[in-house]
Amino acid sequence: MFFSVPRITRRAWHVWRRNLEVFVKTWKVNFFPPFVEAFLYLLAIGVGIGTYVKEIDGIPYVNFIAPAILAIAVMNSAFFECTYGSYVRMYYQKAFDAMIATPLSIEDVIAGELLWGATKSVMYVVIMLGVLALFGVVALPVALLVIPFAFLGGLLFAALAMCFTAITPTIDALNYPSFLFITPMSLFSGTFFPLTLLPAAFQYVALAALPLTHLVAIFRMFSLPALSWAIVLHLAWLLAGAALLCVLSINLMRRRLIV
Amino acid sequence: MINTNDSDIRRGGLIPAVIVAEGLKKSYGTVLAVDGVSFSVQKGEIFGFLGPNGAGKTTTMKMIQCVSPRSGGTLRVFDLDPEKHPDAIKRRIGVVPQETNLDPDFTCEGNLLTYARYFDIPADIATQRTNELLAFVQLEEKRDVAIEKLSGGMKRRLILARALVNRPELLVLDEPTIGLDPQARHLIWERLKLLQAQGNTIVLTTHYLDEAARLCDRLVIMDNGRILEGGTPVDLVQRHVGNEIVELEKSDDVLACLRDMGIPFEEVGDTVLIATAHAHDIARSLLERCQPKKMLTRPATLEDVFLKLTGRRLRD
Repeated sequence: MFFSVPRITRRAWHVWRRNLEVFVKTWKVNFFPPFVEAFLYLLAIGVGIGTYVKEIDGIPYVNFIAPAILAIAVMNSAFFECTYGSYVRMYYQKAFDAMIATPLSIEDVIAGELLWGATKSVMYVVIMLGVLALFGVVALPVALLVIPFAFLGGLLFAALAMCFTAITPTIDALNYPSFLFITPMSLFSGTFFPLTLLPAAFQYVALAALPLTHLVAIFRMFSLPALSWAIVLHLAWLLAGAALLCVLSINLMRRRLIV
Repeated sequence: MINTNDSDIRRGGLIPAVIVAEGLKKSYGTVLAVDGVSFSVQKGEIFGFLGPNGAGKTTTMKMIQCVSPRSGGTLRVFDLDPEKHPDAIKRRIGVVPQETNLDPDFTCEGNLLTYARYFDIPADIATQRTNELLAFVQLEEKRDVAIEKLSGGMKRRLILARALVNRPELLVLDEPTIGLDPQARHLIWERLKLLQAQGNTIVLTTHYLDEAARLCDRLVIMDNGRILEGGTPVDLVQRHVGNEIVELEKSDDVLACLRDMGIPFEEVGDTVLIATAHAHDIARSLLERCQPKKMLTRPATLEDVFLKLTGRRLRD
């Protein structure tokens, strides 16, 4: 039941389009935060901490954290869109109820929400990549390859978020996964210091259970650039994780809303 | 329109049924919300579901709309199974939900255009229909207004317009005029009558009995998940209450007098009700023999039937 493959039609894009139109209408509010966020990270961590750290494994510290800033943006934008954003649309605006009274199925609606979460990740990454490129801390043009992977990563985090949205009793309870899972993940996924500094057991946990670890690894390969065959493993993990979570989140949502 | 008293002919199948339910059931865990209801809705009629809160009306609507799977019995809409062909059915119906779920991120016009897209309606046709529908519900001047700036009546009218965006053959309305002022209710009623005249089939739930009496060709009264009675409003009143009601102010003298005369009556608060076919004769003899302080005669209404069948206990 949890992993049966849902039937999704192309009508899912109508839901995606609805969210895009709302986003574009308020573009000033929406494009400002990632812009500022990139600056803040670069300043506080890159320049601030970078003054003392200088480099990691021969890589300037700012360049080391630049891909992590992007990967964290992917995670946060998709995760918060499909937790708080989707919950508001589902519970307070009754938008999903209105949609499923049309030929849209609940599967279409949730698929559209997930696609939208992933799209938002891509938009954030594009903006932040611009800022980072301006500071010369990512290697163009290879770094542009993070964009398609931002979509994959975004889809994974959107689906992860939607699983929590599907089971949360209240909007406040969404704080638990946000603070107990997402925040630690942004610190312990090889983001601001190499994973190898952690005890071996922690490294295994990070590789096995923290999707951000794999996204940061891929982004870092492109942004330095420092490509290696390990990308295949990271990619396989992300693909499998995204597929599994998408299916699970849609089935959980169906269970919540179709009674 | 077909004479509303010809319901037997219509049931005979001269006109195809739009909805047929047989022993339809819905349970939530151990709670039986709809407990084996059977009814059929004919093309072109306005069919009402009446009942107190928790009677199972909304649940029945949700099964018709293909958004809630049934737990038992059979249900066919346009001769299709809602569980097997939801999109084919949903394409042909328009839904006015009980809760206002307009999209707060769009204007009135934006709501209709976005909703039209969910039906795969091309943009140019959607624009044209949006214009027509805004005029139909008299909201043209509110075209660019945000949803939160609309009054309750305007929101309900916009929801009605939204439900019509796909030119539905069947309209399903759950409490269409809930919480509206008399002007707004009359406008909605008039629009629904107009839609019926254009050939639409309309199913609605309500607990406003005047609304049911005024709009419905046929209706059923539901309580506790079951259908208690069904028929045309006029039939129901005559069958269960009679033609007229005599109301008296309650006092010990009046009660004693009525018992002496052997007239059956019902006590409601500080009023005594007598259902009868001969209100004037009864009123005259009561005046002579009981000397009531206050008395009036009035036609029997659906409300009398409703309260008789569902009782006077408060629901919530």
